[in-house]
Amino acid sequence: MAAHAPGAGSGSGCSGAGRDTPSAPGAAMADGPVADVLLRRLEAADGGLDSAELAAELGVEHQAVVGAVKSLQALGEIIEAELRSTKRWELTAEGEEIAREGSHEARVFRSVPPEGLAQSELMRLPSGKVGFSKAMSNKWIRVDKSAADGPRVFRVVDSMEDDVQRRLQLVRGGQAEKLAEKERSELRKRKLLTEVTLKTYWVSKGSAFSTSVSKQEAELSPEMISSGSWRDRPFKPYNFSARGVLPDSGHLHPLLKVRTQFRQIFLEMGFTEMPTDNFIESSFWNFDALFQPQQHPARDQHDTFFLQDPAEALQLPMDYVHRVKRTHSQGGYGSQGYKYTWKLDEARKNLLRTHTTAASARALYRLARKKPFTPIKYFSIDRVFRNETLDATHLAEFHQIEGVVADHGLTLGHLMGVLREFFTKLGITQLRFKPAYNPYTEPSMEVFSYHQGLKKWVEVGNSGLFRPEMLLPMGLPENVSVIAWGLSLERQREPPVPRP
Amino acid sequence: MPTVSVKRDLLFKALGRTYTDEEFDELCFEFGLELDEITSEKEIISKEQGDKKAEGASDVVLYKIDVPANRYDLLCLEGLVRGLQVFKERIKAPLYKRVMPNGEIQKLIITEETAKIRPYAVAAVLRNIKFTKDRYDSFIELQEKLHQNICRKRALVAIGAHDLDSLSGPFTFTAKRPSDIKFKPLSKTKEYTACELMNIYKTDNHLKHYLHIIENKPLYPVIYDSNGVVLSMPPIINGNHSKITLNTRNVFIECTGTDFTKAKIVLDIIVTMFSEYCENQFTVEAAEVVFPNGKSYTFPELAYRKEMVRADLINKKVGIRETPENLAKLLTRMCLKSEVIGDGNQIEIEIPPTRADIIHACDIVEDAAIAYGYNNIQMTLPKTYTIANQFPLNKLTELLRHDMAAAGFTEALTFALCSQEDIADKLGVDISATKAVHISNPKTAEFQVARTTLLPGLLKTIAANRKMPLPLKLFEISDIVVKDSSRDVGARNYRHLCAVYYNKNPGFEIIHGLLDRIMQLLDVPPGEKKGGYVIKASEGRRQCLSSLEGSIEKLKMGQRTCPNSL
Repeated sequence: MAAHAPGAGSGSGCSGAGRDTPSAPGAAMADGPVADVLLRRLEAADGGLDSAELAAELGVEHQAVVGAVKSLQALGEIIEAELRSTKRWELTAEGEEIAREGSHEARVFRSVPPEGLAQSELMRLPSGKVGFSKAMSNKWIRVDKSAADGPRVFRVVDSMEDDVQRRLQLVRGGQAEKLAEKERSELRKRKLLTEVTLKTYWVSKGSAFSTSVSKQEAELSPEMISSGSWRDRPFKPYNFSARGVLPDSGHLHPLLKVRTQFRQIFLEMGFTEMPTDNFIESSFWNFDALFQPQQHPARDQHDTFFLQDPAEALQLPMDYVHRVKRTHSQGGYGSQGYKYTWKLDEARKNLLRTHTTAASARALYRLARKKPFTPIKYFSIDRVFRNETLDATHLAEFHQIEGVVADHGLTLGHLMGVLREFFTKLGITQLRFKPAYNPYTEPSMEVFSYHQGLKKWVEVGNSGLFRPEMLLPMGLPENVSVIAWGLSLERQREPPVPRP
Repeated sequence: MPTVSVKRDLLFKALGRTYTDEEFDELCFEFGLELDEITSEKEIISKEQGDKKAEGASDVVLYKIDVPANRYDLLCLEGLVRGLQVFKERIKAPLYKRVMPNGEIQKLIITEETAKIRPYAVAAVLRNIKFTKDRYDSFIELQEKLHQNICRKRALVAIGAHDLDSLSGPFTFTAKRPSDIKFKPLSKTKEYTACELMNIYKTDNHLKHYLHIIENKPLYPVIYDSNGVVLSMPPIINGNHSKITLNTRNVFIECTGTDFTKAKIVLDIIVTMFSEYCENQFTVEAAEVVFPNGKSYTFPELAYRKEMVRADLINKKVGIRETPENLAKLLTRMCLKSEVIGDGNQIEIEIPPTRADIIHACDIVEDAAIAYGYNNIQMTLPKTYTIANQFPLNKLTELLRHDMAAAGFTEALTFALCSQEDIADKLGVDISATKAVHISNPKTAEFQVARTTLLPGLLKTIAANRKMPLPLKLFEISDIVVKDSSRDVGARNYRHLCAVYYNKNPGFEIIHGLLDRIMQLLDVPPGEKKGGYVIKASEGRRQCLSSLEGSIEKLKMGQRTCPNSL
């Protein structure tokens, strides 16, 4: 318990009201009887004493003596205590049992009468299984497999020496050192012995040794104030190295606190939040609308959670679907397309969205249908799903952070400028950009930041300009560019708290 | 992203200079590659199987380089070196040529039986090639990389390379009953029927992944030469008879598949990469493929395509101001031979057969930006003026979360996916009554359904925190999912609030008080009359718990219904 008491005893000589005499110093010993005994033993002792030995003599837990030593130490130079650690061999529970009743093999041997015993019966004995093989290898017993009613066990020798029991008894008697190293390690392997390290104190008199130590008050009480006894009482100093008591309160989840910070950054930058409250998405919005071909590996059963029920999307915007189909299979809008047979069935397949870009595609489609075009800045932070087996480095669901800007004439330089501002707000100032490949952005850039701790560049996000094959079928004007970037919330740390 | 592993010294020899690891890393970064790992065969084996197994393995330094998934032309040492040398202007991009043979053209005839299983095939010949051990290994490795990536694990395309001198054309690509196909496959010493092979390969760690492509089909694809020798049974295995060796001089390459475009790309990549080692460098001998309808085509296509892009478009998309001449030079460094034509603002770009990834002007813009150097581009802020808005549901959620924490409850974040049991049996509810959305391909039972209630997540959180001192007061505000035929996908989210109080005593009044506090915050009065809230017991086992859960959306939308359970 943390000892938080008012400052050390005051030096005031004023005594309290005459009629009430404060208890004489020394009447109450420091922290109970053990400390009391310890001081008296120490006074009589020559040089010092060992905490473990004292505990054994007094018949108390060693920890009680350690407690007394510590509380006396806190009073100043009363005692000196030196920490010593000694190693000692102790019997395990099974070792105790063997020391008492003999080894399993000896017990097996003893239970075999001269006329022998059926092996099946022997195996049913508590020591049977373990003891049998040991007794066999010691050549104390043998098995006759030709016996009429199954294998039978006979004694080979008339008597034997139970070395295991004898050795364990030695250890129990505190004479472990009489055993050879090899013998000890064999017993340890059989889990009969363990080596324990005991931390004890060697206690000796301190420079201010006294057997009459007054107990220091831990707390100032209303009674002390009304009686005035506080004037003469010594008080324990505050223990500033102890932990305080945490206030009772609820807490927000740390990751969601980071989410709040990211929302705040986007809002500060003038970005509007997109609706993302639809975990279920059709393959169309999740992949096809983003110009991600139908044979793309991300659309594999191994990577994406597909739905059994409801297995297919009920409605798709068919006009737009046809433009997407044409762009994939034949090209158009200046594109060669992927030149494959695009299937509507594949696009209808429902899934758990693999990225929030599906929601961005919906938002951009809504934007494209609004005439005339108005520039936008959008963001979202929400859950996405990948078909993974859960382990320490893989999550089947995580949060994706995404930012999107659509306007006339946006450039790669603009994307980098926005990213610089965004990451500066996160406290990340050293950025560089690597060419990369994304199915739905071109040009694409991976964003790297210099990690001061790891002393290397680490990837912090992915970004690019959405492909015209994605934007033009939606109906966005040709000279409108859309820049976008994404990162994972789970990989972020809390942004630093700015100092005013 | 595919990873290509190349021997460092071999790479530097081909590049004509050495680099420090840092210098090479820098070069990769600039070009859009990533030097992922520096290792050796010995190190790899020792990492995977322990030091003992690694004894005697080669300690030649290997660079593992991550290549963008659409750059099939960089999947081998030959392509990487060519790409980097052109980028650094040390060589010019080679011109790949298809030539007709002096004698008769090699023919591959497709029969109509293939239609239902693997309808397409393309072919070509590499004449007078010279293999070394390293070249041969690279040739095999490139096929493997292509198989794993663009070929979608051989489902879309499978490649076979054969010693042409051991065969005699014309070749027939047909499909037969598995019991009727019998041949000696690669690295086996006797003949097997296709049925036997499929059984043998079930335990082959490499081949077992491809069996499913044809396994349950009545007919298996197979290619024969004019003497009935089996070249291959795509996409599983080649015949041993036509196996290529270090001494092979003439290679017949066939690619069969279900995607014609990809088969052509794959063939183009292999022949452009390895014609480097032919006597006539970068020339490929044509082969003729006759389709079941009688039409015949000549492969490889090795098509060069011209694109016209205006210089100001490139400048405008990247955010730079380069002259058309400079832009043409930048593009040429990316293996896209370009020149300024017309009014001096037009750039004519030649797309080589190696760059199937260039399908739109935006791909050309990216290459110009890479050659210019992404990190040389001036960063600017767009002038886009917008007013920010929060999504109302999220705004309300944020406000409520803080008040829940202020009320002494701690926020949990739990998975949106769970087992059927979690939302049904364990709560005493029948699964059919939950309107839950079911996942068809979960890898574990933990992800069978999307949750229809937040309660299981909080109960699991409590179960995992039983060591913590009581009381535990938890809440979560997040989405649940239910089927809803009025939505385009047939399902929708609801934003729920759920709170649980766990202590030695039930503490119903505490959760009740929390509800009263939430309603106070949301300005919903108690009592049935003025559209206020009332508490009713819910069905099932949930009523013995001190928890509450309800949809805040319904409240937000002014419906003022009470939370659905308490």
